[in-house]
Amino acid sequence: MFRAALRLSVSGARSLTRSRPQYTASVAARSYSHGKQETDEEFDARWVTYFNKPDIDAWELRKGMNTLIGYDLVPEPKILEAALRACRRLNDLASAIRILEAVKDKSGPHKEIYPYVLQELRPTLSELGIPTPEELGIDKA
Amino acid sequence: MRPANTCWHCFQMLASRALVRGLQSGFWRRVSTSSAAWAAHTHDVDVIDCSVPQYNNRLDTPLPDVPFVRNLSAEQKKLKEKEKGSWTQLTKEEKLALYRLTHELSYAEMRQGSKEWMTVLGGVFIFLGFTGLLVWWQRVYVYGDVPHTLSQESVAQQTQRMIDMRVNPVHGFSNKWDYEKKQWK
Repeated sequence: MFRAALRLSVSGARSLTRSRPQYTASVAARSYSHGKQETDEEFDARWVTYFNKPDIDAWELRKGMNTLIGYDLVPEPKILEAALRACRRLNDLASAIRILEAVKDKSGPHKEIYPYVLQELRPTLSELGIPTPEELGIDKA
Repeated sequence: MRPANTCWHCFQMLASRALVRGLQSGFWRRVSTSSAAWAAHTHDVDVIDCSVPQYNNRLDTPLPDVPFVRNLSAEQKKLKEKEKGSWTQLTKEEKLALYRLTHELSYAEMRQGSKEWMTVLGGVFIFLGFTGLLVWWQRVYVYGDVPHTLSQESVAQQTQRMIDMRVNPVHGFSNKWDYEKKQWK
């Protein structure tokens, strides 16, 4: 999962590989002094399951998305794909576009994250017919 | 002063309502009233019902609680119906329209600043300049003369006295005076 770059994990600094934009930390956002710590994969799986609920309602989508954006990370493409499909189930195109905008905004100075996410989501975007903010022209004020 | 033939209580109520209405049309946009019925009477006041979820433009809240446009026109309702079908059937303008129905500002629009700071800074400088003018006028017209001890002649006498007194002879004032040549070093 994408973390804010240069975050030092508890177990020590990871060298950042530049071949593919992937900044991983070995532990989750919270640093407990005791208790089991959730791995990145568990975190991702949890969120994917959340958005994959077949009868998710609009409130849950909003709550999930707003909470996810509140974390100190950029969500993995697979979580975003589940969220976009949830938007499709709820017939909410505007939210789908908004999610893409939020991902770009969340990447902050790391400009390479957003194109990577779009690249990963391209099949889903084409399948569902979701335009990117750039295609609609709302990426510039 | 109590009116003789009406009850005091009714008079008070009328007076206070008249006062509030006067305030409402005068300075204050909205003065809280106790009865909801009265709020319905006062038109062209944009009452925001803070007891229900509201729309907001926030970078950290991508999906607001309510859509921006609540009351859809017939055309917009048709668009919403079309949204239930495949999104590949929508044109770009329709997709943009759907976005704008739900959201007032895009992220880029939220992030863009304004040029207000120039106005603010300009205003600050104008007022500082005006203050400067006031201070200058004050200096010329309000302040009296400076004491005579600041005149050239008086300062010269004072300096001579300081030299005679050997003020600060080691490192300071008199140290800089050459007593043989009777001049500054």
